[in-house]
Amino acid sequence: MRYAIPLVVLAVLIGFFAVGLNRDPRLLPSPLIGKAAPAFDLPVLAAPAAADTAVAAPQRLGNAAFAGKPYLVNFFASWCAGCQVEHPYLMTLARQGVVTLVGVDYKDAQADVSQWLAARGNPYAPILVDLDGRAGIDFGVYGVPETFLVGADGRVLHKHVGPLTPEAFEHDFKPLLGAGS
Amino acid sequence: MRSWAAALLALGLALTAVSEAQVTVEKPEIPLSSEQEARLAELLPDLRCLVCQNESLAESRAPLALDLKYEVRGLVASGKSAPEIKQYLVDRYGDFVLFRPPFDPRTWLLWLGPIGLVLLALWVLLRQIRGSRRAAAAAPLPPVDDAALKKLLDE
Repeated sequence: MRYAIPLVVLAVLIGFFAVGLNRDPRLLPSPLIGKAAPAFDLPVLAAPAAADTAVAAPQRLGNAAFAGKPYLVNFFASWCAGCQVEHPYLMTLARQGVVTLVGVDYKDAQADVSQWLAARGNPYAPILVDLDGRAGIDFGVYGVPETFLVGADGRVLHKHVGPLTPEAFEHDFKPLLGAGS
Repeated sequence: MRSWAAALLALGLALTAVSEAQVTVEKPEIPLSSEQEARLAELLPDLRCLVCQNESLAESRAPLALDLKYEVRGLVASGKSAPEIKQYLVDRYGDFVLFRPPFDPRTWLLWLGPIGLVLLALWVLLRQIRGSRRAAAAAPLPPVDDAALKKLLDE
């Protein structure tokens, strides 16, 4: 009985550590979830033919161009190793055609990204160019690749940091595809 | 297990690659008055660099930190107050961008936890003291052996 209090304190501490130490400190919750997606208006990359040409290519595209249907916004760059990791899966997603895939080329040289896409294929419906990273700041991007799901009503439904995996898509994104319409 | 390891490796790669070969766009200088410079210098140490996490924007040289510093500089130049600028960053990156988190229901445990722990410790301490006093009062001294006492005093 005299050890009851120290034991309880120890158990609570172990509980805190068990939860705290198993979390990845690099994964930050996004304050955008549930809110309207940040307004963007970005130039379209003049690139090898897009996988989905349904969206005609004006010089710039903004939120309005994608309204009414859920879409993924994938921040990527040719200099980013994690983007290389997720790229084959994005190709698969594009082939399946479950959701529109909007690429945002983040702080990247046009020549580099064109070469990168030519070598690996282009999974994106349109690719928008965020040369100075301003759109990235509005989306709260702190390390590419980051993937956002925007619902048909224009609200952000989910954010994934790091390479997109089949598990993450099936588990976190797919159930939300019908939401927000 | 293997996919977990692969994901971890991929994440590691992603995070180490952040500073590689990014394009840096030449941006126009934002001139600030000396009063604005002072406000900027006061603000930056309170803001966290999200790439290096334990550095502030004032210290960090990470590309994202430089971008954010430029952004904050622009906001200061446009006459925004410190709370407005902090809110601008919190709206995008969450409370984590602040080194001093706000006091709200989600952070009550963080702010009040230490006080609670001190109060708990005081309560335990008081109970201990009271308990040992009561034990001392409850146990009477053993009867004195007069002969032995006299012998001791005589020595």
